[in-house]
Amino acid sequence: MSEISEPAEGSGAAARPDRGRAEVEAVMQGRTAQAAAVSLLREAALLPVIILLVVVGTFVNSAFLTVPNFTGIGQQVSALGVIVVGESLILLIGGMDLSLEGTYGLAPMIAAWLIVPKAEYGAGTLLSPYLALLIMLLVGAFIGLVNGLLIVKGRLNGFIVTLGMTIVLAGLQLGIVSGNSVFNPPAAFTYLGSANVGTVPVSLIVTVAVFVITGLFLRYHRTGRAIYAVGGNLAAARAAGLKVDRIRIGVYVAGSVLAAVGGLMEAGRVSAVTGQQGYQEGIIFTVFAAAVIGGVSLRGGRGNMVGAASGVVLLGLVQNIMDLSQVSNYWIEAVTGGVILVALLLARVIGGEATAE
Amino acid sequence: MAATPAAPATRPVVEAAGISKRFGSTQALRGVDLALAPGRCLGLVGRNGAGKSTLVSVLSGIYAADSGRVSFSGEPAPALGDVGGWRRRIATVHQHSMVVPALTVAENVFLGRQPGRGGALVDWRQMHDQARALMREWGFPIDVRLPCARLTVEQRQIVEIARAIAAGTRCLLLDEPTAALERDATARLFARVRQLTASGVAVLYISHHLEEVFEICQDVAVIRDGEMVLTAPVAQVSKEQLVAAMVGPAAGTDPEVAAAAVAGSRRIGAEAAAGVARLTVDRVSAASLRGSLREVSLEIAPGERVGVTGLLSAGVATLARVVAGAQPYEGGRVLVDGRPLAAGRPDLALLAGVGYIPEDRQAEGFVPLLGVAENATMTIVDRLAGRIGWLRPSARARAAGPLARRLSVVSAGLAQPVGELSGGNQQKVTVARALVRQPRLIVALTPTRGVDVAAKTLLLDELAQVTSESGASLLLATDELSDLVICDRVIVLVRGQRFAEFTGPPFDREALIAATEGLAAWSRAEPDRPEPDPPEPERREDA
Repeated sequence: MSEISEPAEGSGAAARPDRGRAEVEAVMQGRTAQAAAVSLLREAALLPVIILLVVVGTFVNSAFLTVPNFTGIGQQVSALGVIVVGESLILLIGGMDLSLEGTYGLAPMIAAWLIVPKAEYGAGTLLSPYLALLIMLLVGAFIGLVNGLLIVKGRLNGFIVTLGMTIVLAGLQLGIVSGNSVFNPPAAFTYLGSANVGTVPVSLIVTVAVFVITGLFLRYHRTGRAIYAVGGNLAAARAAGLKVDRIRIGVYVAGSVLAAVGGLMEAGRVSAVTGQQGYQEGIIFTVFAAAVIGGVSLRGGRGNMVGAASGVVLLGLVQNIMDLSQVSNYWIEAVTGGVILVALLLARVIGGEATAE
Repeated sequence: MAATPAAPATRPVVEAAGISKRFGSTQALRGVDLALAPGRCLGLVGRNGAGKSTLVSVLSGIYAADSGRVSFSGEPAPALGDVGGWRRRIATVHQHSMVVPALTVAENVFLGRQPGRGGALVDWRQMHDQARALMREWGFPIDVRLPCARLTVEQRQIVEIARAIAAGTRCLLLDEPTAALERDATARLFARVRQLTASGVAVLYISHHLEEVFEICQDVAVIRDGEMVLTAPVAQVSKEQLVAAMVGPAAGTDPEVAAAAVAGSRRIGAEAAAGVARLTVDRVSAASLRGSLREVSLEIAPGERVGVTGLLSAGVATLARVVAGAQPYEGGRVLVDGRPLAAGRPDLALLAGVGYIPEDRQAEGFVPLLGVAENATMTIVDRLAGRIGWLRPSARARAAGPLARRLSVVSAGLAQPVGELSGGNQQKVTVARALVRQPRLIVALTPTRGVDVAAKTLLLDELAQVTSESGASLLLATDELSDLVICDRVIVLVRGQRFAEFTGPPFDREALIAATEGLAAWSRAEPDRPEPDPPEPERREDA
C-alpha cells in the first residue's frame, strides 16, 4: 500500500535508505532531468522581464529597437557590468563591499592625475599613460587587500569597514585634485571606454569577456568552486582543508581591481574623471540591485554570472527606456526605483524561494 | 497566618506525581514520581537520554506533562505560560549559563523585576544596594556593578543562584552545575549548596558524577528509559547499585551492536607495534567550551582503531578536534607519522594524511547548496585539478561515484545539493569527504549521531573495513558506547584527563559506563580500597 502511494519523485522517496539500487538509479535519472529543467528556468528567470521591457521600449520610442541604440546601451552598462562582477564575487563568499564605488572613482582619478599636467589639476608627474593604468590596477588591488585584511584577519564587520573605506576613498578622490575634474585624458586612457571595433564598443567586448571568463572560472576552476564552498558554509570549507582566509582576501582584491577597471571604462566613456564618479553618484546601490535582481544572494554561496549579467541588462534597459520616454527628469529616479522593486518581485515569483534574497 | 497546621515541615516543596511525557514516538517519561523536601538535596542520575532533561523541563514549567501533576508546597502548579509564577516557586541553574552578558551582575540578579519607582523607572542605587546586601549575606565575593561578560563560569553560576534567592525561591534545580567548573570551584559550589539546604531550600542536583552525589546529596533517584527505577537515601545505596540501576538489565544486547561487532573482531598484530606510531599525542592541553584537555597523551599504531569516550564535558570532542587541526591547543605536541602537526590548521592536517569526520555535520560537514560529488571531493581538489587549477565536474563525479555507491548515498544524482538529503545521507557524504583522500589516520567524531540504525551499522562497518583494507588508523571519539565495537582499544577520558583504558573487544558495557562516570574499579569491586577521586593514575582493565 505504501509502495503504491509513494510518489515516483520527491525528496521523501530519495531519502529512503533501503531502496533497491535499480530503483534508486531510476529515481535519480528522472530527478536529474527534472532538476536540469528547474535550474534552466531559474537561470532564465529574468528573461520574461527583459522581453517585456524590450516590447515596452519598442512602443515608447521608435528609436529604441535599433542597432545604434543597443550598442549605446551596451556601452552604457559596460562599466556597471564589470563592477557588478566584482561585487558578485564578494557576495558569493558571503561578504559585501560598499567601497567598490569609492575605488571606481578614485582609481581612475589617481591614474588621470598622474598623467595630466599641473595646469589641468594633475600631479605634475606627467606619467606615461600605460604606467599610470598599471598603477590604477595596483591601487585597486591595494584597497581590496586592506579591506580583506581588516575583515578577514582583523575580524571586523565588512559592512562598516567598507563603509568607512568608501568615505576615505571619496575624500581622497576630491582631495588630490582639490575638488576639480580632470578633462581630456589621453587616448590610451579613454580607449577602453570610448573606442569601437567596427560598430561594437571595446568596453562591451571587454565586459562580455569578463562575464564569460568569470563565469567559467566560477564553474570550472578549483578556486571558483572554493568561493561557493566558503560562501555556502565557511566552517565546512575550512574543515575540508580549503585555505579559507586566503580565498576571502583574494576575492576582496579581485573585486576592487574589477571596480577600478569599471571606473576606467566610465571615465573613458565620458572622457573625464569627475569628483562625482562613484561615491557621489551612489552607484553602489545600482550595483547591489543588479546583482540581487540577478539572483546573487546577499547571504553568500548562491548566484552565477548568467544571472548577474541579466540583472545588468535589465537595469540598462530600464535606464534607456526612461531616457527615451517622455518621463520628466525629476521623476526618472522614482520610476527606476519602482521598476527595480517590481523586477525583484518577478524574479522571486519566477525563480523560486531562494532567488532575490 | 496560613491555616494549614498539618505538619508543614515535612510537606514537600515540590511534588511531581505520575508525570508522563511523549515526544512523537519517544516516551520520554512514564509515570515519574518525585518529591523534594525542604532542606534536603536530592541527586538525580541517569544515562544520556534517560529523561533527566525532560523531567527538569516539566518541573520548571517549560513543558506541560501529558499526564500527572506538579504541585508546590501542596498548591497546584501555575499555568504553563505564567513564567513569573514558576520562577517564584522554582529556579533552574543550567549547565550553560543563562545570564545576559552585556548586563551587570545586579541587573542579572533582578532581571525582569528591577526595583524602581512608579513601575517604569529603574532605581539603580536601590538595585545595587539590594544586590550587594544579598552577596554579602551569602558570602559571594562579586562586584555587582561588573558586566557579566567579564565573570568566570563559576561567578556566572553564582549570579544565577543569587537570582533564585532574590526571587524568594524555595526550590533550586542544578543541572550538571560542575560540568564547566574546576576542582576548587566545585568545592565552593558544594559549600554553597550546603548553605542553601541548611536554610531550608530544597535542591534537585543533576549530575553525571556519582561521587558528587555521594558528597552533597541526602537522597538519590535513578531514572532510566523515562522511569524512576530507584529512590533511596544516599546512605543506603552503593555506587555499584547505582550504576546497575542506571544501566539496567538489558545492557550490551542492542541488535545493531551485535551486527557491527562482526566487523570489529579483528585484532592488531604485534608487527604494528614495531614502527613509528601513526599518531602521537604528547601531553596535550587545550582549553575549550566543549571540555578542556589536561596533558593527555596517547599513541595509535598504524592500522589500529582506538576509541575515545567519556562524558560530554570530558574533552573527547576537543581531543579529536585538536588532532584534526580544527582547534588550536596550548601545550604539548601532536605528531602524525612522527612529524609534528601545526595547531589549528585543518588544511595542513589534511596534507599530513588526516581525514576528519566532524561532530556537527550541519556546521562543518558539508556545504548545503553544493552537490554530492562536489562536497565529497572537496578534500581532493588539489589532485583533481589541473596545473593552473581548472577542474571538470565529471572528474569530481568519477572520483565521488564509487564511494557514494559504496556508502549507499541515496540522492537524485551526484549533483543534488546535499542540503536536500536526509540526515543519514548527509552524514554519508561527510564521511565520504574524509575517506576520498585515502587518509592515513581517520578522525571520526560521533560519526553515528542522529542517523538511523541501518545507516549507523553501515557507517561503522565501512570505517572498520576501510581501515582494514588501507591500513589507515582510526581515532573514534564518541559518547555512543555501541560505536566502540569496531575499536581495538578504548580510552576513557574523565574531566580532560586519561582515566582508564580497555584493550580488546568486546568491551564490558557496564565497566565502560562506570569508567566514564569516574568509577575506576567498578567491575572488579575492590571494597578494601577507598574510591579514587578522578582523575587518578591510569589503570588498565583487560576485558
